[in-house]
Amino acid sequence: MRKNFQFRSLIGGSLLCIAANCVWAEETLTVVSFGGSYAKACVDGYHKAFTEETGIKIKLEDYNGGLAQIRAQVDAGSVHWDVVDTESSPLLTGCDEGLFEYVGDLDLPPAPDGTPASEDFFDGQIQDCGIGTLVFATVIAYNPENIDGEMPTTLQDFFDLEKFPGRRGMRRSPASNLEFALMGDGVPPDQVFELLSTEEGMQRAFRKLDSIKEHVIWWETGAQPPQMLADGEVIMTTAWNGRIFNAQVIEEQPFKIIWDGHLRDVGALTIVAGAPNLENAKKFLKFATSTRAMVGVANHISYAPLRHSGLPLVGKHAVTGEDMQPHMPTYPENSKNFLWNDVEWWSEREDELTERFNAWLSR
Amino acid sequence: MASTRSQNQEPSRLVPIGLALPLVAFVLVTFVIPLGTMVVQSAYDPQVAQALPKTLDLLRDWNDSALPSSDVFETIASELISSREDRSIGKVATRVNRIKSGSRSVFAKTARRLERVEDTDLKTAMIEIDDRWEDIELWRAIRSAGQKFTARHYLRSVDLEPAQDGGIQQVSEDQRIYNTLYFRTVYVSLAVTVLCFLIGYPIAYAIASVSDSWAKILLVIVLVPFWTSLLVRTTSWLVLLQNQGVVNDVLVWIGLVSDDSRLALVHNMTGTLIAMTHVLLPFMILPLYAVMRSIPPDYMRAAASLGANPIEGFVKVYFPQSLPGVSAGCLLVFILSLGYYITPALVGGTKGQLISNMIAYHIQTSLNWGLAAAISVILLIGVFVCYFIFDRWVGIDKLKLG
Amino acid sequence: MDYAIWKAAKIAFIVAVALGFGFLILPLIVIIPLSFNAEPYFTFTEGMLRFDGEAYSLRWYRSIIENPEWRTAIGNSFLIGVCATFIATVLGTLAALGLNHPMCPMRDAISALLISPMVTPVIIVAVGVFFFYSSLGLGQTHLGLILAHAMLGAPFVVITVTATLAGFDRTLLRAAASLGASPLTAFRRVQLPIISPGVFTGALFAFAASFDEVVIVLFLGGVDQRTIPRQMWSGIREEISPTILAIATLLIVFAILVLVAVELLQRSSKAAQAQK
Repeated sequence: MRKNFQFRSLIGGSLLCIAANCVWAEETLTVVSFGGSYAKACVDGYHKAFTEETGIKIKLEDYNGGLAQIRAQVDAGSVHWDVVDTESSPLLTGCDEGLFEYVGDLDLPPAPDGTPASEDFFDGQIQDCGIGTLVFATVIAYNPENIDGEMPTTLQDFFDLEKFPGRRGMRRSPASNLEFALMGDGVPPDQVFELLSTEEGMQRAFRKLDSIKEHVIWWETGAQPPQMLADGEVIMTTAWNGRIFNAQVIEEQPFKIIWDGHLRDVGALTIVAGAPNLENAKKFLKFATSTRAMVGVANHISYAPLRHSGLPLVGKHAVTGEDMQPHMPTYPENSKNFLWNDVEWWSEREDELTERFNAWLSR
Repeated sequence: MASTRSQNQEPSRLVPIGLALPLVAFVLVTFVIPLGTMVVQSAYDPQVAQALPKTLDLLRDWNDSALPSSDVFETIASELISSREDRSIGKVATRVNRIKSGSRSVFAKTARRLERVEDTDLKTAMIEIDDRWEDIELWRAIRSAGQKFTARHYLRSVDLEPAQDGGIQQVSEDQRIYNTLYFRTVYVSLAVTVLCFLIGYPIAYAIASVSDSWAKILLVIVLVPFWTSLLVRTTSWLVLLQNQGVVNDVLVWIGLVSDDSRLALVHNMTGTLIAMTHVLLPFMILPLYAVMRSIPPDYMRAAASLGANPIEGFVKVYFPQSLPGVSAGCLLVFILSLGYYITPALVGGTKGQLISNMIAYHIQTSLNWGLAAAISVILLIGVFVCYFIFDRWVGIDKLKLG
Repeated sequence: MDYAIWKAAKIAFIVAVALGFGFLILPLIVIIPLSFNAEPYFTFTEGMLRFDGEAYSLRWYRSIIENPEWRTAIGNSFLIGVCATFIATVLGTLAALGLNHPMCPMRDAISALLISPMVTPVIIVAVGVFFFYSSLGLGQTHLGLILAHAMLGAPFVVITVTATLAGFDRTLLRAAASLGASPLTAFRRVQLPIISPGVFTGALFAFAASFDEVVIVLFLGGVDQRTIPRQMWSGIREEISPTILAIATLLIVFAILVLVAVELLQRSSKAAQAQK
């Protein structure tokens, strides 16, 4: 009886398909991500398993973040991306602009021990337009080969030109730098955004940045900081922890991370509004936000799972066998002094502050 | 057959028009209309007007010194709820936020909570949800964002904004950036033009004054960079000028600088100037050479035989004759510099960024396409003015290739 | 005394010119050996300076061939370049013939319009193209880039063909017609041979314009439309490796080939005009 049903549905399906003028193509899904070592970690971490289990082939594309291409597709009504890997701030902006599907009601898989997803996720990471998958950190990194004598250990050292003369690398955007500036000036993390909301706090942050401005090289893409450290262009730089990890473990660079005063943020998966393979995209999102998939990524690159159940399951690096726990931003030893990014705060002020930051840079 | 022949003997105007038409049509569709779209984009933004039509109607009669009446609150409440449903609320929020920073979240938050409000006094309810509704400036911003046709982007692109009294004012000092960048763009373009002239003139003169076979060889040295990809030339400067690059290595090796005080030659204005001068130099040399080749050497000899020393002869006789080439080369280089994007973006760092980098930023990152379009239109007008001068002074038809 | 000053001035001039030529060509020459560096550095290693064979390798050339992204980019550059050149050449040649016809009305206005894509800063063209093509659904398609590049390349064809037509004697066409040739035959047998070097030169310019264009590709192209310059752009900004120098070296060789081709075409054009 059951067999009969399967048979009929197969016939029915193929008839439907002929009627809808579709070819017997494999089911596919276009997933767009940041490329490089991170994309590779995702492929090995869970894309392959997803294709194995569902038969849906993944077409992986790279992009450099940002929303311009997505908006161009949505506005023109010719969407060919399905799932997009994004950072929390563009996720919110894109959500406002109507660029993403609503995924807040997806039935996400529970933790391995049965805890429902709503309790297992970090607070607020099941959002209207996207599901958070990982924790990454913006940290200070340095190359011991470029520094004589004592090594820097705190965020304050990054701003201390007397103790550590030499050029620094910083990201060319107000985000992260203003927070670093205030923390580097001695403001406790929990007061940073409160203080930045006032004009005095903002001026204090810019004054702090002013003090090292002449010694800063500004980076724009995540690959530049490790490159600058390796080339000796800078002695210290802000950087994304996964990139530094990659340089340390895969390229065997002697880089060191200062976890003091790091900034924490999340990466999320989202579905483009009008995605051609919406159902497959939803399947993918459910799969990718399972504990197993998150741990799979964390065993390839040092981005921590965004589920409480995932953290203890992170083990050894899949290729080198390096213990991944101490590389996680969420590792207790690394979590003594840090600040969570306030996406809401930034979404209100990003345009204005970017202009102010650019104006400041060009002075 | 007979008719075609007669047509051929007395060609009608239809033949040339017919021949040129396909390209004219092609250029109209692929070039002119896109530029038109850009102009429209710079001054037309209907999103807010479409999302909140009734509210904006009511706000037209609002005197803007006190909070709007409660029926305005009721109208905007219902329109916010419906725009939350059709998901246009975010577009409203983004646009109002560009006018009054810090008001993005008020819309979604209010709409979300309003759905649960049973109260009939929506004004009080909304202010209770978020006290920013008490801020008259927020209402002004909504009204201003509701204009379908707007000069806002143009004002912003020259560091101005509408003032409360209906006039125009400068934006606050720490937000001013575009005028600085226009000036820097013009300054860099002038500097590159002067550098190209100083380096290019002797080169063109040398090529024009040696024998034909030597001229051929020397021209190759000019033409190889001319034909080489812009990206290749920019890359090579990036590689040569960096801290651990060849130029610094050589300087250290000959002892001009010490190993720990290597010069910062790239990711700054120096890098931009060097790389852009290199990229644009052939555009100076080629028109100069074309003109100099046609100056008969006899003139200089005549001047010399009349007792003028060679330098005097050059200044009084040769240079004036080469002026058409000088003006062609200079204006060409200047105009090309105005719109340069790739080279400053790659070697310019922050101090070497030009206005075109800002256009790319608003297209790709901030998604403020209206502002990007407005800056582009201003740049386009600048370039057209230059061409107009060029045409008056030299004549566009003097431009030669290769 | 005067003579000494003159001589010094002359030497100074020669040195200045030599420096100028060095400035033009050395940056290109220097990166060629660097592309054979066995180490992932951008400067000469000691081994390279000793001309130690071990210090040189082809590994960066191998990495171009092995990397699928570069292969796609090379394929895309040629696909887009050839298609755009074809459109630009056909339309541009026809338009040049029309513009140089003695009965052409509004010649100045039309040629100004046709030349304008070439003289408008590419960043502005790219903004307009991005808005309009995206709204037509041509964003992130090969077709969109082909059309945009054809538009950029057509003015070159118009200019070069016009230049070869400048010396063309139209009585030849009338003579052919009086001998009974149809206008098409007259064009094919009389006019085309004379303008063909101009057509090919224009086609080369158009191809080079497309091959080198990156701003429009940056705005309009997606990942599937990455071209060589686009790939170099991300190579420089993201993970700069000497692979980029290997590509650069290949492109310099390519530029030299184009230069030779243009020279040969100009020679044959002169020969054709001399024959006439």
